[in-house]
Amino acid sequence: MNILKFFTAGSVDDGKSTLIGRLLYDTDSILADQLEALQSSNRKNDDGTIDLAILTDGLRAEREQGITIDVAYKYFQTDKRKFIIADTPGHIQYTRNMVTGASTANLAIILVDARNGVVEQTIRHSYLVSLLGIKHVVVCINKMDMVDYSESVYTTIIDKYKILAQQLKLKDVTYIPVSALKGDNIVQLSERMAWYEGESLLHFLEKVDTDNLDKSQLARMPVQWVIRPQTKALHDYRGYAGRVLSGTFKLNDKVTVLPSGASSTVEKIEFFDQSPEIAHAGQSVILHLKDDVDISRGDTIVNASALPQESKLIEADLCWMDGRALDTSIMYLIQHNSKTTKCKISEILHKVDINTLEKHQAEEFKLNDIGRVIIKTADALAFDLYDDNRANGSAILIDSRTNLTVGALMFRAAVE
Amino acid sequence: MSTYNFDYLDELEAEAIHILREVAGQFEKPALLFSGGKDSITLVRLAEKAFRPGKFPFPLVHIDTGHNFQETIDYRDKMVERIGERLIVGSVQESIDQGKVVEQKGKNASRNALQTVTLLDTIAKYEFDACIGGARRDEEKARAKERIFSVRDEFGQWDPKRQRPELWNIYNGKIHKGENVRVFPISNWTELDVWNYIRRENIELPSIYFSHERDVITRNGQLMAASPFLNMDDEDLVFKKQVRFRTVGDMSCTAAVESEATLIDDIISEISASKISERGARLDDKVSEAAMEDRKKGGYF
Repeated sequence: MNILKFFTAGSVDDGKSTLIGRLLYDTDSILADQLEALQSSNRKNDDGTIDLAILTDGLRAEREQGITIDVAYKYFQTDKRKFIIADTPGHIQYTRNMVTGASTANLAIILVDARNGVVEQTIRHSYLVSLLGIKHVVVCINKMDMVDYSESVYTTIIDKYKILAQQLKLKDVTYIPVSALKGDNIVQLSERMAWYEGESLLHFLEKVDTDNLDKSQLARMPVQWVIRPQTKALHDYRGYAGRVLSGTFKLNDKVTVLPSGASSTVEKIEFFDQSPEIAHAGQSVILHLKDDVDISRGDTIVNASALPQESKLIEADLCWMDGRALDTSIMYLIQHNSKTTKCKISEILHKVDINTLEKHQAEEFKLNDIGRVIIKTADALAFDLYDDNRANGSAILIDSRTNLTVGALMFRAAVE
Repeated sequence: MSTYNFDYLDELEAEAIHILREVAGQFEKPALLFSGGKDSITLVRLAEKAFRPGKFPFPLVHIDTGHNFQETIDYRDKMVERIGERLIVGSVQESIDQGKVVEQKGKNASRNALQTVTLLDTIAKYEFDACIGGARRDEEKARAKERIFSVRDEFGQWDPKRQRPELWNIYNGKIHKGENVRVFPISNWTELDVWNYIRRENIELPSIYFSHERDVITRNGQLMAASPFLNMDDEDLVFKKQVRFRTVGDMSCTAAVESEATLIDDIISEISASKISERGARLDDKVSEAAMEDRKKGGYF
């Protein structure tokens, strides 16, 4: 059994929380006492049934205002798979929360209200999915019960979406007509839409390729911690602890340590009481190298035959996440895997109007703005392009005045 | 691409080890909050996998309410001896004796709320800048929104509206002096995941997790262990029951469930079929719908 991480984009009006509530409810993932709390709560649907949206609206302010502000993580499993849902708010003022939820997801569910079709918000959510490089997209045409389960309404909407998908280069898109409120095509195929020939949402989620691990062949392991017991028995022991971001490391592989550029060979791979011959992407291991090279936290061990880019000047997409606007005159910190160094945003190339996808010149970068920048770092970073290797192509910006995470960066090119 | 099978427990484990090593790398004085419960016992195993053959880069810290099950304390001491790591105990009794907190009165009195003061005092005394805890997002709906690195101000308060965005697998542990970070490496695990992991790793647990006969009373519809720590009167009828505990908390606020489960396998099938969530057996969450959110804002684990 493996894990599928997905996120849902859509506003309250699209019935996003209802959809998630429905998935949890229909897969029997709501426990008795939670259900009891739910039933005793005084929020009900018009027809008196329980409002399933309450299941995901965790914080008091959200319950009071009836909106989803933050990212809520929900868990459920079937006999085929475990699921982690990042439930994110859909309004434009919560773009940063959506980017956060999307950053760890492998699949996105985009909700479209059957009555309204593809609207500004659909474009925005789809753009974010393409920006964050999410592999699979499921477009749920929701509220089919409000349009008499009409096939022609459905077809008109997906024809329009297909144009958008092409424009955004979304490769793997699946369309499902649903009613989250009534449960149509969520877990069971609905008899009310006999014309629909695809699978139910849950059935699709159970079998889609998970791709949890980056399929990139580029062997990368940022060193998080150096293990040196310095006891009598383990006097010369020196192990480099980290998580393999991508690719594999095998015994006797030639490796390069960056930024020093030192070369060595993998002598031993350790995992607690085991000494495997291969360390795979996703595993947290300890590597031992043949040569006595100087390695500390923040360095990256990579396969010598497939080196990453190294640069102090990087072109990147930036999503701004702080209430205080970007200041191009001050220094920020950039955290890229285990390495943190100072940086400046040296140039704003353009900003994207995420409702229309138009690019335009910009002087300032405010909360939820997204666009292309050039970033200048104090130390060179050893990175891959985001589209080639998500894990080694992303970084965050930290404002050292507040210590807040103020930006998300996706590397697009090294600047010559 | 190799045909390597990365099971969900392997993935959760690797993520947790990565988080523990980030704590080691980013903080000066971290600590692991150890309650003697299955979640913190799981954290200890994960720390062994993250740092052996080296020592843990942090001590274990136990906030002892003085109302613990004796089985938990025995387990704790035995485990600390086995792993050879440092244990710091913060005592709620001491906080009471020093007049920093006042014991609750009445039938539902519990020291659970008092722990927060002792916890914050212990953090201040040892200047811990990061405290690793075993909370999981599936436990409760406020926890479902908490970050893996959760920043607390110098009063220990969690502000759900000012949480830092947490992107990819990058954890921002930068803080100002006086603040600290609560770190939850098993955020993405469910109760069942923890049990399956304990079974897979063959981890020993305190005996109260397994079925045993015990003197109990009924309180607010739940079975409570009869003990000197529970305020009882003549109306409380003590009787014997075959029970076990699903969480390890204070004797005064942790309810027992009727159970015949004597093996981990029994427990796993019991939970799989169960219709009461784990925190449902904790009276401390029942006060209001926002009970956990309020306690977390106040500095609770």
